[in-house]
Amino acid sequence: MIDPVIASRLQFALTTIVHIIFPVMSMGLAPFLVYFTWKDIRSGDAIYEQLRRFWTKIFAISFVVGTVTGIVLEFEFGTNFAAFSTAAGELFGGPLAVEGMMAFMLEATFLGVFVFGRDRVGDKLYMISAVAVGLGTWLSAVWILIANSWMQTPRGYELVTEGGQTVVHLVDPIAAYANPRFAYMFVHMQNAAVESVALFMAGVAAYYVFRHHVWGYHIQNVSFWEATLKIALVALLITAPLQVLHGDMYGRHVAETQPQKFAAMEAVWDTESYVPEYIVAVPTSLEDVTDPRAKDLFGIGIPGGASWLASGGDPSAEIRGLNSFDTEAPPVAIVFWAFRAMVGLGFWFILLAFWGGYRWYTGELFEDGLLHKALMASTLGGILATELGWIVTEVGRQPWVIQGIMKTSDGVSPGLTGTEAAITLGGFALVYGTILVLYTYVVARIIRGGPPGSDDLRSTGEDVPETPDPGVAVDD
Amino acid sequence: MTDVAGLADGPLFGLPLPELWFVLMFAILGTFLFLDGFDFGAGAIFAVLDDDHEREAVLSAIGPFWDGNEVWLVVFGGALFASFPAVYADLFSRHYLLMFAILGALIIRGLAPEMYEQRHDEQWHRWWGRSFVAGSVLAPFFLGAFTGNWLVGSERTVTLVAVVVGLTVVSLTVVSGSAFLGLKADAYLPDVLDQYGVRAVVGYLAGVVATLALLAVELPDGVDALLSVPVVALVVVSIGLAVAYGLAMRRGAYLGALAASGGLTYGLVAVVAIVMYPLVDPASGATVSETIVSTLPLNLMSIGAAILLPLVVTYFVVLYTAFRGPVEPEEAY
Repeated sequence: MIDPVIASRLQFALTTIVHIIFPVMSMGLAPFLVYFTWKDIRSGDAIYEQLRRFWTKIFAISFVVGTVTGIVLEFEFGTNFAAFSTAAGELFGGPLAVEGMMAFMLEATFLGVFVFGRDRVGDKLYMISAVAVGLGTWLSAVWILIANSWMQTPRGYELVTEGGQTVVHLVDPIAAYANPRFAYMFVHMQNAAVESVALFMAGVAAYYVFRHHVWGYHIQNVSFWEATLKIALVALLITAPLQVLHGDMYGRHVAETQPQKFAAMEAVWDTESYVPEYIVAVPTSLEDVTDPRAKDLFGIGIPGGASWLASGGDPSAEIRGLNSFDTEAPPVAIVFWAFRAMVGLGFWFILLAFWGGYRWYTGELFEDGLLHKALMASTLGGILATELGWIVTEVGRQPWVIQGIMKTSDGVSPGLTGTEAAITLGGFALVYGTILVLYTYVVARIIRGGPPGSDDLRSTGEDVPETPDPGVAVDD
Repeated sequence: MTDVAGLADGPLFGLPLPELWFVLMFAILGTFLFLDGFDFGAGAIFAVLDDDHEREAVLSAIGPFWDGNEVWLVVFGGALFASFPAVYADLFSRHYLLMFAILGALIIRGLAPEMYEQRHDEQWHRWWGRSFVAGSVLAPFFLGAFTGNWLVGSERTVTLVAVVVGLTVVSLTVVSGSAFLGLKADAYLPDVLDQYGVRAVVGYLAGVVATLALLAVELPDGVDALLSVPVVALVVVSIGLAVAYGLAMRRGAYLGALAASGGLTYGLVAVVAIVMYPLVDPASGATVSETIVSTLPLNLMSIGAAILLPLVVTYFVVLYTAFRGPVEPEEAY
């Protein structure tokens, strides 16, 4: 029977990898929805009502799916990682409880008003509910990342032995919860969410703009998709360069505080100076893929680049190799390749942003078919890059569940049997797989349905040019 | 810095914080059981409705509320984790499969209303309707089973107490669900809500009697614990509330009936808490004072809860005020 430790780790990986998609969508959409709602209320312009209503539908389904997949995570610490929860609950439980009360409650209650209440409440309360929902999604990230950053760089605690068990005691809450790592994670994560949603919006909008302007099909509500593309492009122009800038700062912080993770990200085994940064790493054998070692890889490297990144400007800086640590290395291949793919995508998004911005400037934004195709191909790229980033963060810190204090394998529930773990792992593979398929199906359906037609709008706006066209109607 | 304003020295204002958190934890569980309980009950009643308009009315009734209601379970998990971390860990890992059964039921219940409205063909509605009903009935059943096992300190998952308490909780959700649907969607539903409600409340009382009888046998000092003044008083009050509920339902005074069902729910949770105290994890014999988190985090959590819980109550007041009164015909989900 399967080892309960492996099954628990796989299950946690599976449930978080699926779950994170939905908070990325809701956190990323939140600032857009606040903007659309404000513009809708202030200008009464029909296009903003369409934008608000259409993207709220996608927000609502993301939020619901995020709720049902996320509750699981809060219980999994107890069910599968009881030893961890007992040892670290004093520091770790608090942020989760506060997340529930401060953030989740705010979003879940005002979501009801925001999604169902447009005709029931006045403009002011409606606007407040949009802000409350958005604020709630972001506050959620604050508390979850406070908890996570403590696991990465634990501070403000002491270890005490109670009844034969080593337990973490909170001694300095400010050190523990105002963790420097938190700031890096929060900025990088929230920017990633907005960037991911900007790419999603741009990709979907590009599809309709392409069909209309390049292929010449009649597309209902084409002005809606044009507006979506422009708004998404503005967001992408802001977020894409920022993501790489503070990603670089975050990387340096990791090199200082989690040198083992950094060594895995760069696949450096022996402690060295002048370590090159492989911008392009080409595996020449299967072994290069499964067991990358920076020294043996065929690639294009910037001499001293990794040293430069790690130290913040010194190409001769020493990087501690994985062999110099007492504990086993994390799965280097996963961390190394995930990091490269994430960084590569990050630069690609900057290119896309500038390309789109340039075409807008030259007045050819709606005519450049190649740009549209590139945007379409990148629709899910931001979400993928976010997943890869979390894989670097979480796989890279192995074997530790709390860096330097507790190993993940020691955190698993002692009484858990392989059979129990196998049943739930199999169940989750099935259920979360199904949820992903259903979510994709519903979002695709909402997109194909398009924004509400002009006859269905509250606004009296004149600038919805198209008349309803049954040609692109939803296939019920 | 080792101390923040003396917060590590002793409990805030000398309050009995361990006991207050024990009470708060059950109060949060009770709030979940009442609020999401009427959503679950609405889901059970959904099963007996054939007409699509009736079914849509049920979904519209719970539409704006259920997600917020369900978050009380998240807060319960968080509060247990923060105040009694070892109990959270032991209890949840001991009842491993039961916990995932609860979560699985919540998943199929939560997805269903959102999915149901996506398409309008019969097949799709039939399957998501089933998912909604199954999730709405199984979630309170498993939650009741978990609470029963917790109270008697069972190491096993499938026990007689688990089944009896599970069924008792399911009937309780139908009690509050009937009142809630009466309040929100009386005009769209067949005239059967009072029948269901009254039957459910009779079933609930029978469940309570069966539970108490089982507890008298299973608990080491069962009879004494059950004959304590507060437990007897709560049972008497519950019988009174059940009668009041039945009368209110017959007269169509649904708000009063809903309030009575709320009283029944909190009463049930209070009995569980009173019988359990001073233990917090009967299976391991751990008491409240042994397992409470240490003073500094306890004080911090208490300050946090004292600020945040009144805010949370405000959010719910705003939500329920915005959607007061029956659902309006055009309010499709």
